Amino acid sequence: MRMPAADERLLARRDALVAALRAIVPGEGVVAEEEALRVYETDGLTAYRQIPLAVVLPETVEQVSAVLRLCRAEGVKVVPRGAGTGLSGGALPLTDGIVLGLGKFNRILEVDLANRCAVVQPGVTNLAISEAVSPQGFYYAPDPSSQIACTIGGNVAENSGGVHCLKYGVTANNVLAVQVVLMDGEVVRLGGKHGDTAGYDLLGVLNGSEGLLGVVTEVTVRILARPPLAVALLLGFPTSEAGADCVARVIGAGIIPAGMEMMDKPAIDAAEAFCHPGYPTDAGAILIVELDGVAEEVDELASRVAAIAREAGATTVRQSRDEAERLVFWKGRKSAFPAVGRIAPDYICMDGTIPRARIAEVLAAIGRMARDYGLGVANVFHAGDGNLHPLILFDANVPGQTEKAEAFGADILRLCVAVGGVLTGEHGVGVEKRDLMGTMFDETDLAQQQRLKCAFDPDGLLNPGKVFPVLHRCAELGRMHVHKGALRFPDLPRF
Amino acid sequence: MARFEPADAAQAREAVAWAAAEGEPLAVVSGGTKRALGRPMQVPHELALGRLAGIVDYEPSELVLTARAATPLSDIRRVLAQRGQELAFEPCAVAPLGAAGEPTLGGVVGCNLSGPRRLRAGAARDHVLGVAAVTGRGEAVKAGGKVVKNVTGYDLPKLFTGSYGTLAVLTEITVKVMPAAEKLRTILVFGLPAGRAVALLGEAVGSPLDVTGAAYLPPAIAARSGVAHVAGARASVAALRVEGPPSSTLVRAAALRERVGAAGPVEELHGTNSRRLWDEVGSAALLAEPAGRLVWRLGLPPAAAAGVVEGLLAGIEGSALYDWAGARVWLALANREAAVQAARVRAAVAAAGGTALLVRAPEALRETLDVFDPEPPSLAGLTRRVKQAFDPKGVLNPGRMHAGL
Repeated sequence: MRMPAADERLLARRDALVAALRAIVPGEGVVAEEEALRVYETDGLTAYRQIPLAVVLPETVEQVSAVLRLCRAEGVKVVPRGAGTGLSGGALPLTDGIVLGLGKFNRILEVDLANRCAVVQPGVTNLAISEAVSPQGFYYAPDPSSQIACTIGGNVAENSGGVHCLKYGVTANNVLAVQVVLMDGEVVRLGGKHGDTAGYDLLGVLNGSEGLLGVVTEVTVRILARPPLAVALLLGFPTSEAGADCVARVIGAGIIPAGMEMMDKPAIDAAEAFCHPGYPTDAGAILIVELDGVAEEVDELASRVAAIAREAGATTVRQSRDEAERLVFWKGRKSAFPAVGRIAPDYICMDGTIPRARIAEVLAAIGRMARDYGLGVANVFHAGDGNLHPLILFDANVPGQTEKAEAFGADILRLCVAVGGVLTGEHGVGVEKRDLMGTMFDETDLAQQQRLKCAFDPDGLLNPGKVFPVLHRCAELGRMHVHKGALRFPDLPRF
Repeated sequence: MARFEPADAAQAREAVAWAAAEGEPLAVVSGGTKRALGRPMQVPHELALGRLAGIVDYEPSELVLTARAATPLSDIRRVLAQRGQELAFEPCAVAPLGAAGEPTLGGVVGCNLSGPRRLRAGAARDHVLGVAAVTGRGEAVKAGGKVVKNVTGYDLPKLFTGSYGTLAVLTEITVKVMPAAEKLRTILVFGLPAGRAVALLGEAVGSPLDVTGAAYLPPAIAARSGVAHVAGARASVAALRVEGPPSSTLVRAAALRERVGAAGPVEELHGTNSRRLWDEVGSAALLAEPAGRLVWRLGLPPAAAAGVVEGLLAGIEGSALYDWAGARVWLALANREAAVQAARVRAAVAAAGGTALLVRAPEALRETLDVFDPEPPSLAGLTRRVKQAFDPKGVLNPGRMHAGL
């Protein structure tokens, strides 16, 4: 992976920079020893590693602001980091840049039940928000599978999804306001407890901006009343095609389940071997469909979904009888990654979204690619919103397999785009899919996105080398290549 | 003085490219029903998008619809209804503007207009999945995608939504659509004062009964409703809506009655009356008269809404309509000492952590007063740089949101 060239002058001045950072964040808040820096060398995309110049762990907004001002003045690159669970390498350090870790921003500032929101610092974990409001019967809806560890700041940066986002939305739909520090040290507030937008929707843009626009220092999230009942249906189908057909029929019937997950045969077998959730091992694919709400609604929809599943050829239709059984149904799905980790030394998880109507066709094509590459693949994914997560199995110790797995993954993502989908549904572009951006966007599209970055970060110091395959200087992007004489006068009907 | 009527996106691009090259600003118009929303513009040329109409692609099982910008909202509603679907953010007209004509998808998205269901389903900005657009640089760009879940690149669709045509001209828009509810009930509670009513609405919205509408109409506003139960109440009306599968809706309506019954007399509206009431609320039609009043749209932390509004209504002729359980308030105030009044509104709203949009005022006032929230210097600088990133020559709707921008 090609990263921006390191600034040798900065590397030479490392000691002076560390001293200047320590003047802002005292004590252990600046990490500069190689052994300690190694902790930060990678995120959830462990294939890529880099020791940063230093790691800064501020505790106050003032410190964040002062660190960014210093870095801007000195031309130091900054990689913001939450818990480091991201799967696309968004928090991969740069050799001549600092990592700005927000882990010490770990307080829940306010639970505001009257306004049905919570105000938290960015280092609070996703699950901790739900736990904080759970006694009052509320929860925070987006639930990425890493929710026990991932932080809300990272969720905002990646616009994280989860199992329940078809019905309850992704992070962007559940964040009401943020406080963000810009690269020039300015602190701005965007949004409010009202949920309305004043001026440009910069809050909307910040969600999913992968740490390239600003450093979030406070997040206000919407909290929802926990539904009184949730029931899961475990549906087994002879083939992935039949399962995909069932997904389309359920949505076509006007039902938006709280979650609708699919696992193919290799994923079922891995889960069964790992934690014995009782999945039908004769099935070619299973769906887990969760329905929530008041009991009458859950009952009504569960029987409708069961009927649809039978029409679609389901060979197994089981409805969870109690909460314990619902959790057992989910156990296999939720431990799919470690389960797959047991059947192969290494795996990478892809993340394209496709139109649901193309699921069966794309799964079949992925199966053919797996044979061509000579690698295994297991599919566990958010079928309800067409968000695929093929897990490519390989052994990094076998020369060439890592490259093969990456090439296979890139082929899958190109296919997703070719059938009308996108490169990433919830994991972000980061470094992983950076060089594939051209399959979805042309140069004009990408240049315009980078101009937006220039409005936030004119020197390109925030998380460079991520998302965009080619870095342009802002001055160059700002030029307009128009020549009055050369432009054709528009040939348009006019009055 | 030119009026461009592009027949396709390529012609729209040519028009903007010409404007950028010549430094000639354009007023961007789709259906034209919201011309009076925003600051008045002194712009010689018009880019009229009316011919960029029609649904391009609609796949009900994908929950996605793509249409050209000037597609009338009524066409989209009709096509969706045939397949039992709808736009869940419930776009409404802005009745106080008094404009005749057909709202279009582009106008709704450009102004980020969302109705009562916003509190459950999100705003327009939450439903715009992808766009094709022409930036102020005269370049055609696309952003987002045509699937319901996507984080590839910056979310420019959200940025364009509610940017009032000042960053880019939308030519094609992909929106998320959702199944329409099979059944609908509205529970009315009569006679509560604003503070108690908003608290009651908040409790209901915070309950697991999945409330999708929560409004409060003071007595004089309720009296103007076209729904007999509401107008005939001769009292304030707090309204709560539940929707969904039939049995669930009826059960939740009953539970809701039970829950709020102790607060005051209760009535229940069925489908037709419900739809009428929520349209009156969402469009603020009940505040449209008297026509001379200034109309504000406030965003407030719900728990603060009643206090702020009562403070603002003290000593001045006016009325309020609460939506989104208090998070949105439409406020109509007599047009007296408008500058002083505007300063009062802005100060009270800002102190509560809210936002205020001056929706209706004579042109001269919208010229001199802020229509959108004035921004603190750090944010104003960012806003200016974002505008320049998309429209460096300032040719798209200049001055519509902020003077000189």
